[in-house]
Order: sequence, then C-alpha cells, then structure tokens
Amino acid sequence: MRRDVFQAIADPTRRAILSLIALQAMTPNALAEHFDSSRQAVSKHIQILSECKLIKQKQDGREIHYQLNLKKMKEIADWLEPFRKMWEDRFNQLDTVLEQLKTQKP
Amino acid sequence: MKTMSPIEIIKDLPNKKLMIIRKFEASPERVWKAWTESHLLDQWWAPKPWKAETKTFQFKDGGQWLYAMVSPKGEKHWCIVEFHNIVLSKRFQTICFFCDENGKKDPSMPQMNWKNEFHATETGSKVVVEISFSTEADITKIIEMGFEAGFTMGLENLEHYLMVSSN
Repeated sequence: MRRDVFQAIADPTRRAILSLIALQAMTPNALAEHFDSSRQAVSKHIQILSECKLIKQKQDGREIHYQLNLKKMKEIADWLEPFRKMWEDRFNQLDTVLEQLKTQKP
Repeated sequence: MKTMSPIEIIKDLPNKKLMIIRKFEASPERVWKAWTESHLLDQWWAPKPWKAETKTFQFKDGGQWLYAMVSPKGEKHWCIVEFHNIVLSKRFQTICFFCDENGKKDPSMPQMNWKNEFHATETGSKVVVEISFSTEADITKIIEMGFEAGFTMGLENLEHYLMVSSN
C-alpha cells in the first residue's frame, strides 16, 4: 500500500485521530476510547499515520504517547496556499475586467 | 477601492476534487462573457506577474482554447482547455491539460476536469469551479507543484498558527 501524507488524511478516522492529538499527546488506549471501532482498527490507523510520519511517538515513563509531527503536517497545510493565492489573484483581476465591461455596455 | 469578495476553497481529497467558490458584483451574463471570450480571458486568467496569451480559441462544444502562460522572463507554458456541455450563461465543463505550442498533449502532466457554474445572486453572481482529477497520481502531482511554489512564498501566518497549536 502507498504511504504518503495524502493517503493518510484521506480517511475520516485518521483525520479524527490527528484532530485529537493536535490538542494533546495521547496514548493509543486514550485514543481508542474516542472511537466505536475496535482497538485493533484504531491501532492500525495509528500505525499508518506513524508510517507516514504525520505523528510521532514520545516515551513517557512506561507509556507511549502520540503527538503530531508538525513539520509533516505543515506540508499538508502549505500545498493549498499557493493554489488559494493564485485563485485570489486571478479573481481579483476578473473583478477589474468586469468593472470595465460594466462601463462599456449599457 | 472596494473590498474583494473572499474566496472559498473546499477540499475533497477522497473524491479527488477541489472546489473554488467566489461571488462577483456582476450579472451571470457579464461574468460568463469574461470567461468565454479570449481577449477578456487574456486580461485576467494568468495570476500576476504571469500573462495569458491566446493562440487559438473556439468556444463551442468540443472546441478548444490553446493558450500560453507567459512568465516575466518570456518563458511559455502551453495549455489546452477543451469545452464541453455548454449551457449559455449557466455552466460549462472543460478538460484541461498541458501541451506544446501546437497543442500536442504532454502525457507526463496531469489532466484536470473542470465544471464551471454561474449562479445569479441578489448582488450579482456566484461562480463555482469544481476541479476533479482523474487519478490519485494526478492530484499528487498538482500537490507537489503546489509544494514547490509554496516554498517560495511567505507563509508566516500558517507557521504562526502551527507554532501556537503545538503548545
């Protein structure tokens, strides 16, 4: 199976996991309590997120906590910014063209 | 200077779709005109500092628009937009792909399918652009292109946001 960040965030459960640990680092057990699916299923999602490097482990005494890997998360947030900027510029220019058309025609 | 309407972008990655929504203070007919006449398209289609230059243009079902995105250095990237399912002043669909100056398709670059809708509103019109990609590989490619461009732009707000949310 392909392992990239976009594959990872295509799944709603994995997006929900990311939202949860964005607030605080969590243990696999604490995470699983938020979902109806089996502990095993949740753990599989955690594994995928981990392989995609979107989350990382933090050893806390005997417990493992998962936290966001912000560097990787930023890659996802970033990609849309240039796209948004391009459309903003483009449509602001369209405003100007429309304004000109208005004065040309009754 | 009047304020610009905000742009709304909706991501639907599982379905390989992106939607762009924006309101304009002009009737759907006038917005339609700006989208479907090449001398007008040339004035706004390319985001600054790029320029759009039309080589050929035929707005009809199955017709094509062959144009170049010209960089400030004069570098040209050629694209074809093929028009389909035109419903006057309401909507049309396109197939877009990168090509050479003769319109020969570049198979290494992603193809996109666009659905452009023009809705009347109380103050003018609302344009809904839906871009769908045929394969996951295509959307990934566009995303990668976005990455490259993204690195060259200042994204301090986002960094700030991510810093705050990390604490």
